[in-house]
Amino acid sequence: MTESPRPSEGRSGGAQPAADLARIVVFAAFTAVLGTFPGIYLAGAAVPIVLQNTGPLLAGSLLGARRGAASVLLLLVLVALGLPLLSGGRGGIAPFFGPSGGFLVGWIASALVVGLIVSAARRPTLAVLLPANLAGIAVDYLFGVPFMAQAIGDLRAAGVASLGYLPGDLAKIVLVSLVAAAVHRAFPNSLPRRKAAAKA
Amino acid sequence: MSSPLGLYQPGDSPLHRTPAGWKFLGLIAFATVIVVFDEPVPLALGGVAVLVGFVTARIGPGRVFRMMRLLLVLLAAVFALQWWLIGPESATVVCLRLLVAISAANLFTLTTRIGDLVSAIERGLSPTRGLGVRPELLGLLVGLTVQAVGALSTIAEQTRQAQRARNATRSVSAFAVPFLVRTLRHADELGEALAARGVGDTAPEEPERSEHAPPERGDD
Repeated sequence: MTESPRPSEGRSGGAQPAADLARIVVFAAFTAVLGTFPGIYLAGAAVPIVLQNTGPLLAGSLLGARRGAASVLLLLVLVALGLPLLSGGRGGIAPFFGPSGGFLVGWIASALVVGLIVSAARRPTLAVLLPANLAGIAVDYLFGVPFMAQAIGDLRAAGVASLGYLPGDLAKIVLVSLVAAAVHRAFPNSLPRRKAAAKA
Repeated sequence: MSSPLGLYQPGDSPLHRTPAGWKFLGLIAFATVIVVFDEPVPLALGGVAVLVGFVTARIGPGRVFRMMRLLLVLLAAVFALQWWLIGPESATVVCLRLLVAISAANLFTLTTRIGDLVSAIERGLSPTRGLGVRPELLGLLVGLTVQAVGALSTIAEQTRQAQRARNATRSVSAFAVPFLVRTLRHADELGEALAARGVGDTAPEEPERSEHAPPERGDD
């Protein structure tokens, strides 16, 4: 709805709004499907490591800032409407009211930041993707931790609770960057073409 | 998982029959009140109100438990942490508040049809049409995405089988790379199908010059 293709913004998306729309829709679905993969219980932790939060990072890495963020926004809208698209079959408004609601909203900024960094580089190599995804995760925490602190009324507790996710998230940064670099090699046209490249 | 009904639980209670827009405003108002109170008694009263809602909407405890399972684990952790850092009373208030607000949100989702919510949003957003927002796209996007979830689940399964057939390593990236390449290809196909039906063509801009060159159809 809000992502009506704008012809401004430096012609980032190529000349076809339908292709943009399709990428946005399919990547929203991709992140939803990631949520159906079973989580990994590491070292008896109560909360499993799930792959779903790699979706926004991959969206930013592969689609660029505008389309990546739009796809995450679309997914979250569908979740809020009541589709059980979050990991563990969660959905509805409740996940946004919960202590980790900020991490969900932060996904949008996450995809945006990753996409901006990746598109600014000349080529999406591993050396670009690693810091981009690190920044993406950092931005997500920037949204998630203060929100959780607000919800549970204590910043220290929020910090401690979020710390448990950090090792898994750091591993995911490496995984996502390796995967995104390989996908860029196999499918070079996924990022919006930059002007210089378009003229060539 | 992606049934067209989503988490909606069909029924005929007053909650089910309340128009989606008003119900949403009611939920926001309720949640705001809950956030303001920080004593156990009013919070517990709010909890009773939500409980009454669940009973009148005839939603069984099993259904509710399945929706809240992960949250309950998280709340238990928060409770323990709060008790340790601050004290039992604050832990009770914080967790009770979260539990009540989240249950109310779940009650809303369980009693509201997605289609009704979509129409309510489209109607609510229609004044923004002048700003270039096209609310009528929302319904289309919902349908397209639900379809894409189905298509990608199939593609994931096919990728997994291909991986097994090749005796490939069971590493995550050996699965993720081909899955993503097929996902992007699926997006290209969908884009062509949408363009053929004129979806997304808002402003007739410069007639297409050579657009995205079709990706090499190399095998993954």
